[in-house]
Amino acid sequence: MFDAKTLKYQQSHEWCAADGTVGISDHAQKEITDVVFVEPPKVGRKVKRGEACAVVESVKAAFDIYAPVSGEIVAANAEAAKAPEIVNREPYGKGWLFKIKASAPDEMSALMDSAAYEKFLASEAAHGSH
Amino acid sequence: MTTSTLPRRTALFESHQRLGGRIVDFHGWELPVQYESIIKEHDAVRDRCGLFDVSHMGQIFATGPGALEFLQKVNANDIARINPGRSAYSHLPNERGGVVDDVIVSCLAKGRYLVVVNAATSDKDFAWFLKQAKGFDVALDNKSDDYGMISVQGPKAAPLIELMAPAAARLPRMGALELELYGTPCVVTRTGYTGEDGVEFIVPNHIVVRLWEDLIAQGQSFGVAPCGLGARDVLRLEAGYLLYGQDIDESHTTYEAGCGWLVKLDKGEFIGRSALAAQKKDGVKRRLAGVKLLERGVPRHGAPVLLDGRQAGVLCSATYSPSLQAGIGVGYLDRPDPVPGTKCAVSLRGREVPAEVVEVPFYRSPHLKKGA
Repeated sequence: MFDAKTLKYQQSHEWCAADGTVGISDHAQKEITDVVFVEPPKVGRKVKRGEACAVVESVKAAFDIYAPVSGEIVAANAEAAKAPEIVNREPYGKGWLFKIKASAPDEMSALMDSAAYEKFLASEAAHGSH
Repeated sequence: MTTSTLPRRTALFESHQRLGGRIVDFHGWELPVQYESIIKEHDAVRDRCGLFDVSHMGQIFATGPGALEFLQKVNANDIARINPGRSAYSHLPNERGGVVDDVIVSCLAKGRYLVVVNAATSDKDFAWFLKQAKGFDVALDNKSDDYGMISVQGPKAAPLIELMAPAAARLPRMGALELELYGTPCVVTRTGYTGEDGVEFIVPNHIVVRLWEDLIAQGQSFGVAPCGLGARDVLRLEAGYLLYGQDIDESHTTYEAGCGWLVKLDKGEFIGRSALAAQKKDGVKRRLAGVKLLERGVPRHGAPVLLDGRQAGVLCSATYSPSLQAGIGVGYLDRPDPVPGTKCAVSLRGREVPAEVVEVPFYRSPHLKKGA
């Protein structure tokens, strides 16, 4: 289980750990609700920052998951594909999606820290974007 | 009737907010798409009991010596067969056999009928009724703004209703009853849109909140759950019910929608009869078919369906089915003949997912007795 406070985030609500593990935020799993399908990327795939590389689907809609950093996919969570509800239950733990070996580590510093992400969520809520 | 384009709220709007409902704009109505979880609400209805605010739906009363004759003209179903105290599902055909709306007609008494219509079509339906009613001795009254509607659905609906309105709990399937709740005249029908047993309370706005709160309080011991539009859509698709505007409309006929059973060509003249009779004779060129995914994936509205590698249609309604634990959908296929078991594929985000044509309803409740 990752500590949400230590993770980095991007505006499309993915989190990224220092070791390159990627998942969706608690806010995102609440918005998506009832995840019923997870399609992780293939291990070995090279992705660019911002590239859609996985899909999380709920009963009502499909959501693209964007790579927070560029690099190579070195692991994908088969458990989440098998039991998608763990993305709702443990978004920062067993519900992780994939792991990237970052090719440009400085991209990591461009991501929001947890305080900045909280602020971003608050401003989104204030603008009624949901 | 409101002319405002602002979203409309049902009498239960504040109740939904208090219960944590996630409010969305549904055809101009602010209604909860879900409270906590679509799947949990779905499961509550399949296993126990769910409450739905369906106050957005419309109510048109047809009264008078010519009411039956008028309703025969505008309905494809045979309204003469609906005895007092009974309801029937019907389509309102246009001249081409297309569907103006799908409705539940209840006979409250001889010469007194209630037509429950869809929210988005209630104004259109009423205008259509007024146009067609010329020369009939019938009074038409659109009470859509005055009535709210609460649907109580699930295997525990009957024992819950027993506590609230014993007479309603004794109604047979598709029964209809006028009764008093809190001293106010109301209508209850043994109908629903979920494939489970249940009733729908059609009550004046001023008692809707009271009824909702009493149902929630009395329903605690039955595990009752307030349910949103999300669960309602999944439940109705599993049960094979059509959604007007998505699965049927003015350009698709009742036969094409697979509801030929309700077209009673032998009842006499009615709007669209000749078009429907011709289609019955010649056969349909497309038909609404059910499709179930054989691999993981969630089909969506608009997804192409491929038969023998060729696009045969697109899905008009589709979802993940918690009851089947598979993706399901319905769509008009230009080959009207594929039998259940026919292999096909659904194109999802550029991926061709293996699927097969299946019988609709996708799900039959084990709680409902056969033929009920």
